[in-house]
Amino acid sequence: MVEHPPYKRGVGGSIPPGRTFFMKEILFSKKGEKIIALGNEAVCRGALEADVDFVSTYPGTPASEIGNVFFALKEEIKKIKPSFHFEFSTNEKVATEAAAGAAFSGLKSLVAMKNFGLNVASDFVHTLMYTGVEGAMVMLVADDPSCWSSAQSEQNSRFYLQSAHIPALEPSDVQEFKEFTKFAFLLSQKYKIPVMIHSVTRASHQGGILKCDQINLKDKKGFFKRDPKRFSTMSPRVLEMKKQLFEKIEKIKKEAENSSLNKTFKGKSKNLAIITSGISFSLVQEALSRLKINLPILKLGFVYPLPEKKILQFLKGIKKVLVVEELEPYLEKEILALAQKARLKVEIIGKGEAIEGARLWTGEKGKRKAILPQIGELKPEYIEFAISKILKKKLLFNYEEHLAKVQKIETITRPPILCPGCPYWYVVNALKKIVNVNEVIFGGEIGCYMLFSHKAINLQDYLYCMGSSIGVAHGISKSSSQKVICFTGDSSFFHASIPALINTVFNESNPLIIILENQTTAMTGHQPHPGTKGIKILDIVKACGIKHVKEIDQTQNQKEFEETIKEFLEKNEPAVIIAKGECALLKKKKQ
Amino acid sequence: MKPEIFNIIINGVGGQGQLTLLRILAFSALKENLNVKWSELHGLSQRGGSVEVHLRFGKKIFSPLVCQADADFILSLEFQESQKALYYADSKTQFLINETITPIPGEAIPEKEEILKFLEKFTKKIEILPASKICQEKFQKEVLSGVFLLGYALNKKFLPLKKESLFEGIKKVIPEKYQKENFEAFETGFSFKF
Repeated sequence: MVEHPPYKRGVGGSIPPGRTFFMKEILFSKKGEKIIALGNEAVCRGALEADVDFVSTYPGTPASEIGNVFFALKEEIKKIKPSFHFEFSTNEKVATEAAAGAAFSGLKSLVAMKNFGLNVASDFVHTLMYTGVEGAMVMLVADDPSCWSSAQSEQNSRFYLQSAHIPALEPSDVQEFKEFTKFAFLLSQKYKIPVMIHSVTRASHQGGILKCDQINLKDKKGFFKRDPKRFSTMSPRVLEMKKQLFEKIEKIKKEAENSSLNKTFKGKSKNLAIITSGISFSLVQEALSRLKINLPILKLGFVYPLPEKKILQFLKGIKKVLVVEELEPYLEKEILALAQKARLKVEIIGKGEAIEGARLWTGEKGKRKAILPQIGELKPEYIEFAISKILKKKLLFNYEEHLAKVQKIETITRPPILCPGCPYWYVVNALKKIVNVNEVIFGGEIGCYMLFSHKAINLQDYLYCMGSSIGVAHGISKSSSQKVICFTGDSSFFHASIPALINTVFNESNPLIIILENQTTAMTGHQPHPGTKGIKILDIVKACGIKHVKEIDQTQNQKEFEETIKEFLEKNEPAVIIAKGECALLKKKKQ
Repeated sequence: MKPEIFNIIINGVGGQGQLTLLRILAFSALKENLNVKWSELHGLSQRGGSVEVHLRFGKKIFSPLVCQADADFILSLEFQESQKALYYADSKTQFLINETITPIPGEAIPEKEEILKFLEKFTKKIEILPASKICQEKFQKEVLSGVFLLGYALNKKFLPLKKESLFEGIKKVIPEKYQKENFEAFETGFSFKF
């Protein structure tokens, strides 16, 4: 039986995750004023300076602050600009559709999401790129190399750029986050196409000095002009639209060729040059300044479409080029193809072989080489190391020996765990008491309850994306005689669980589904969701055709909760328990 | 003499106030007309997990991340966590450690001498203070141990910043109703002697 662990949450848990500091400064700082801000906060300032009309998002770290800032500032903005709209949408696809609808009506919209959010939205986005928009639309998508805030995968969203043809910019520092956002609105407006700001954790969650410009908010009502050829994609019109999309991309490519967002830094060497973008550029600069060498650098602001002529021009006469980027090689492959087509003799160095890179950089095997890892984020010393090796320069420091010394120390691991007083502890304790945990399969999902994987709890046999625990449970139930208990949260329920729930009824399986309704989106910082505005999960569950359903506050009625688990496990039909205990942090916040 | 670049790592357990301390220091550096960059983590890394944040200030700063073995100052808000920052430590590194232990469920609490032995393989500059205990006794508020340690670090010249700037940082970052106790904790740390 698991009791609440003997641990204190830091010292009081006074700062919920995702708290944004200096909120008002983002709106009220005057032109020329310098403030300190995160990359994400600079995006908000940039959008405000661009006179954004409509902002939508679904919370997801490392993109959460965009929503947090606009949620906190919404009323203040409305005082100046009554037409302004902000919303936490039910999921990223809906958020993107809402932002598109606003932009179809001639407004300027911003939608923000983390990498996996783009997967959810991608069905809509692929078509959206064909039609484009009327006003302007900017999408902020933040990846998470090293999975600091992600349980699912180390997704590299850049490959969506090619698949859907999304013009995309990658800012390096806080100031650029603001400038690039403003520019993205202009570019989007000019070519009537959504433009992405592509970020990563270390870029979005870097802090620095931000110099503000003028905000000039104007009240604006949108108008959707009917035109059957504009937003309705049917064959054969859809293929015409694809051609028009290619034409737009071609024009944007020309713009990219001459854009100051792609910067060339003339270096002193012809032996080695560097092509990079985004946060990697800051790391490259750091590495070069430590090595006290001056190499030519091409810093790409546009990562799609690429300024091909500019890249080829840069490569001329260069012997070797190191492509510095995170995760799987995206720029490297493009540059390889370009160089080959132009029959350039330049040697292109980047990631090398995937597995080898991973082993080298984790110190798992042998000596490091002059390549960069495809797993995990980049660090400035990795780049310094690679450059030193390529130039056959003596290393500044014996990194390998130091790393070996660090790794010899068996250090602690402190995995995150549920907060003290968390209502989920009651669920854990009840399950451990009632259920033979060795005979049941437990399905997890994205939210605080994914911490059920903690070895002190150990109630998670699989974990994928939001909405997947019920879908997978159905498949297991249909294929085996094993009982599945699966969890979903309240925000996740509205996000993606409903179709899977209906499927268990429609196709007749028997998982026990526990919906953990803690009455907030806790993991990302207590954002509201439809349930917090009175839309009842119980009513939806009943309407989906679930016959066995009970709503219980597990923190108040433990006995009833345990009895219901016992009773529902016997059912040969899908059953749902809605565990209504409120998030402990939220409760404390309200006091 | 001010160094060209000063590299700080603050680590501890989620909820100990790392993000607040970062902003106090960042704002202080801005007040001294220095360039400043930092890197923080949210989301999964909280919920009682380990949290490690980076802050760099100086004339010209590129990377928001501190390089391997290049930290000038490591502030560990929890004793066991200090060994997790060794990747950034070398002989030049000054450690300042809060002598508090937040147990890890299911794990034994290591001996303090054991941890110290590890740290000493990297640097001899290590100070350990019972900051949580002092703040709990004096203010009934452990979370003040962060600013207490900033005060101590400043007096011991572990931090190349001016007292006035840090004052302005606290004033800027801490909500008004908590400022008085934070200033008191800072001063208590500043004048603390073993």
